[in-house]
Amino acid sequence: MVDDADLLADRIWRRHNPKEQLIRYGVMLLTLMVVVWAVRDIDIFWPWVWDAPNQISSLGARMWPPDPSRLGEIVDAMIETVHIATLATMLTIFIALPVSYIAAQNTTPNRACLWLGRFILVSSRSVNTIIWALLFVAIFGPGVLAGILAIMFRSVGFIGKLMGEAIEEIDRRPVEAMEATGASKAKVIAYAVVPQVMPAFFAIVILRWDINIRESTVLGLVGAGGIGVILQGSIDTFAWPTVATILIAIIALVLVGEAVTGLLRRKAL
Amino acid sequence: MARPDNEESPGTPRTWRKPPFIANPLVRYGLLVVLAAYLVWAFGSLPFNWERISEGLPRAARIFGGGFPPTLSRFDLLLTGFTESLQIAILATLLGVLLSVPFAVMAARNIAPLPIYLLGRAVIIISRSFHPVIVAILFVAAVGFGPLAGILTLTLYSIGFVGKLLAEEIEEIDWGQVEAMRSTGAGYLATLYYAVFPQILPRQVGLSMYQLDSNLRASAVVGIVGAGGIGSTLMNAFGRYDYDFAFAILLVIIAVILASEGVSGWVRKKIW
Repeated sequence: MVDDADLLADRIWRRHNPKEQLIRYGVMLLTLMVVVWAVRDIDIFWPWVWDAPNQISSLGARMWPPDPSRLGEIVDAMIETVHIATLATMLTIFIALPVSYIAAQNTTPNRACLWLGRFILVSSRSVNTIIWALLFVAIFGPGVLAGILAIMFRSVGFIGKLMGEAIEEIDRRPVEAMEATGASKAKVIAYAVVPQVMPAFFAIVILRWDINIRESTVLGLVGAGGIGVILQGSIDTFAWPTVATILIAIIALVLVGEAVTGLLRRKAL
Repeated sequence: MARPDNEESPGTPRTWRKPPFIANPLVRYGLLVVLAAYLVWAFGSLPFNWERISEGLPRAARIFGGGFPPTLSRFDLLLTGFTESLQIAILATLLGVLLSVPFAVMAARNIAPLPIYLLGRAVIIISRSFHPVIVAILFVAAVGFGPLAGILTLTLYSIGFVGKLLAEEIEEIDWGQVEAMRSTGAGYLATLYYAVFPQILPRQVGLSMYQLDSNLRASAVVGIVGAGGIGSTLMNAFGRYDYDFAFAILLVIIAVILASEGVSGWVRKKIW
């Protein structure tokens, strides 16, 4: 007994046992090897890397001071950007809600619908807004419509997935109570499902609107309308002071968007 | 034995009505009017080119007709693109996660003095305001086409995202350990190293895995404006009307993203 106490006193505290230690070293070695492979194999012309700070600072110098002469045009394009985001978010709701209804396990009519819903959600979410925009610009030509469609196609997956999860988490009992009275399917949805997912719905839509405002600032780079068109034009003509003004305007827009969504969340939820 | 208070007054109908969603009728109808006015304004002011849009369906038929069946005839090009995307994602995640630590420390109110806090917050807010594609186009203009612009872009993107979440994590740490370190007379760096970092490390590892996944997705996108990786391959295929190859790339991107989401989710579950 007494010897035990001596033994315990001599022990040195270690955070990890040998096996954990081995795993840690293994993971570190693996990471190191991957990084070495990436650095050696990547197609980079290294002198450019050492020159990059100079290039970036000289670009910054060319941007200063921002040129406000095209401010009116920029503000118009900003309003267009907000319109794209807002209209797309509104229109998305009409598609996303039925999809979320069939993609939620507890409300879906049958398994085929469940998989169809999940397929729509996954394919929508895996393709980025810009890639959707590229496709729609090729189909419908450059312009606002391509932008709205691109944002919609990406948002359906986002809103649909989160709404589907919200529907799966509802309390079963109101649904059962409604069914017990012999209510129709539509009435069960209207009186038992909808009231329960309403708060989640507003939170998700507000969140997506905020994201959509950021995303719609870049749509113009592939020709799908909004501020990006002017940005791309100014970069192509090396009008760097105008580029700086646009960048400042984008920061302002994003901050305003965040303030508005914060306000909406406090008021509506 | 009928109790009198059970009886309804004869005029009242016995049907239940759902209470309206917004109680105040003025607000309820006011919102609808505002919404209608907004829609009219927005649709009225947006420049739709209906002539061009009406050509859309035949064009869509041509694009999808050209796109099916997707072909992997230039598989080596696809593989090169993906390898480059993966390398961009790995290097950007490594740099971004390392650099996000000092910015997160700067942007945590409980361990940074006010001027430094404001500076750190400003850096994080600015790098989060810009979509990676905008940053990419600027870096492409500054350092030229290729993966270097992609790495720089995604590094900045990671600093913004990881820095923000890490700063919030630092603000929520258990203050007892910091006090214990300070009471022994430890300096600022020692306090950071022994009292703050061990508390945020698990979170940081999880965030890096998430960020690796997220950077891989983003690297497919920043390539579209010339920052290297699979996005550039996709853009080239699209630009050459090589729709069957473009669709093949898209399908592979979707598959890779799903796989990487699965792997990153599995690792994070293991760690947390």
